[in-house]
Amino acid sequence: MTDHLNRIGVAQLGFIRRTGRWAKDAVHAVGLVRTWGPLLAMHMRRLGVDSIPIALFLAVFTGIVLALLASYIFTGAVPLYFVGALVAKTVMMELGPVLTGMALAGRVGANIAAELGTMKVTEQVDALETLAVDVHAHLVVPRVFAATLMFPVVTAMAVAVGVISGWITATTLLDLSTPEFFKGVRQFYHFKDIWFGLLKSASFGAAISLMGALTGLRTQGGAEGVGRATTRAVVLGCEAILVLDAFWALVLL
Amino acid sequence: MIRFNAVRKTFGAKQVLDGFTLDIPDGQTTVLLGYSGTGKSVALKHIVGLLEPDDGSVEVDGRIVHEMSRSELMAMRASIGYVFQFSALFDSLSVADNISLGLREQRLPEDEIARRVAASLERVGLADQEARFPAELSGGMRKRVGIARAIALEPRYILYDEPTTGLDPVTSAVIDELMVRNKRELGVTGVVVTHDMRSAFAVADRIAMLYQGRVHLVGTVDEIRRTDDPLVRQFIEGRP
Repeated sequence: MTDHLNRIGVAQLGFIRRTGRWAKDAVHAVGLVRTWGPLLAMHMRRLGVDSIPIALFLAVFTGIVLALLASYIFTGAVPLYFVGALVAKTVMMELGPVLTGMALAGRVGANIAAELGTMKVTEQVDALETLAVDVHAHLVVPRVFAATLMFPVVTAMAVAVGVISGWITATTLLDLSTPEFFKGVRQFYHFKDIWFGLLKSASFGAAISLMGALTGLRTQGGAEGVGRATTRAVVLGCEAILVLDAFWALVLL
Repeated sequence: MIRFNAVRKTFGAKQVLDGFTLDIPDGQTTVLLGYSGTGKSVALKHIVGLLEPDDGSVEVDGRIVHEMSRSELMAMRASIGYVFQFSALFDSLSVADNISLGLREQRLPEDEIARRVAASLERVGLADQEARFPAELSGGMRKRVGIARAIALEPRYILYDEPTTGLDPVTSAVIDELMVRNKRELGVTGVVVTHDMRSAFAVADRIAMLYQGRVHLVGTVDEIRRTDDPLVRQFIEGRP
C-alpha cells in the first residue's frame, strides 16, 4: 500500500515537474524568432491557405441549409426578410467559426499530429535535439502561430461564402428578393458579430494546433502509435472547440 | 571524457540500466557490445540528455548532464555528433539542408555552412548528392549522410548507434572505415553501439560488454578476443 502511494506521489511529482519544464521551454521557444520565423510563412500556407477549399465547401452547404431552414421556421410567423438576419448572424457568430474549426481539427490537427508523431517514432525529433535545435521553436511555435493567424482568415472567407450561398438560395429557391435578404442582414448586424467569430476562430486555431503538436510529440510506438496520436489530436481538438465556444459565449455575450 | 556513474534507468517495470558504470577516454573509440535490450542505446541517449537517469549520473567533460542548464545542454550537444540507427534524416529536407540545419542553429555564417556541408559530404563520399532527398537514397547512403551531419558539427565526440545494422558487408566495411578515419584524421572520440562483432573489432580501441544493464567486461580488442569469459565467448562466436 505504502509502495503504491509512493509510486503515485512520484508519478505526480514527475508530471508537475515535466509540465513546469514544458511551460518554461515553450516560453523560451517563443523568444527564438530566428528559429521559427523563417518557417512561419510555409506553415501559414500549409495549414491555412491549403485549408480554404474544405472550409468553403462546408460554408456553401451551411448557407444553403440555413436559408432553407430559416424559411421553414419563419414562413407564416415572421416576415421572411428575417432569413437574411438568421443566415448572417448564425454564420458569422457560430456556424462559420465552429464548423470551419471542426473541419480544420480534422485536417490541421491530424496533419500536425501525424507529421510530428512520425518524426518522433523515426527519431527525427531526437535528431533535432542532438543538433542543439530547440524542438519547440522549430516544430511547435511556427505551427501554432500559423494556425492562430490563419484560422480567422479562413473563417472570414467561409463566413462570406456562407452568407453569399444563403443569399443565392433565398433569391433563387425562396420567395425573397435581394433587397429583402440584405434588409434582414443589416437590421440585426453588429460589428461584434464579426470580431466575436474571428476571435473564436483564432482561439480554435491555437487549441487545435497545440493539441496536434503535443499529441504528436508524445507519440510512442510505430505506425499504430502515430494512428493513435492522430485520432487523439482530432478528438481533443474538437473537444477544445466546444469548450472554447461555450467559454467565449459566456465571457463575451 | 565521458563517464557513467552507477546509472540506473527503468522503463515501466523493466530495469534497463542497473548500476551502469564506464569511463570513455578521449581520443579513442569505445564499443558498447551486448544482446538486444541490454541498454546500449539507452546509455548513448543519456550522454546527450535525451534521457535522464533515475539514479546515478552521466558526466561529459566533468559536467553532470542532467544538472546542466538549458543553454549548457545545448552547447554540450553542439560538441557531440549523433549517428542514429535508422539515420533519422529529416524527410522534408534535402541532404544539404539536413546537414546545415544544426550549423544554422549555431549561427555560423552561410559561407562557413556551405564549406562544412561540402567538406563533410566529400569525406563520406557523397560530394554530388547535396540536392537529393532522403527518400531517394539507399540505406548505406542515408547512414553516410547521417555521419556527414554529425561530423559537420566538428564535434569532440561522435556517438554511433548501430551504424552497420541492416547494411550489406561491403557497405558495412565502408562505414567502419569512415568511423576509423573520423578518429584518426579528426581526432574524434567515438562511442559505438553495435552487436556486429566484425564491425566492433574493426573500429574499437576498447570494448565494453553490457549484460543485464551493467558492464560485464571491458578491455582492449585483443583482451576481448582472448578472454575465456563464457558470456563474451558465446557472444563473439554467436553460439545459441
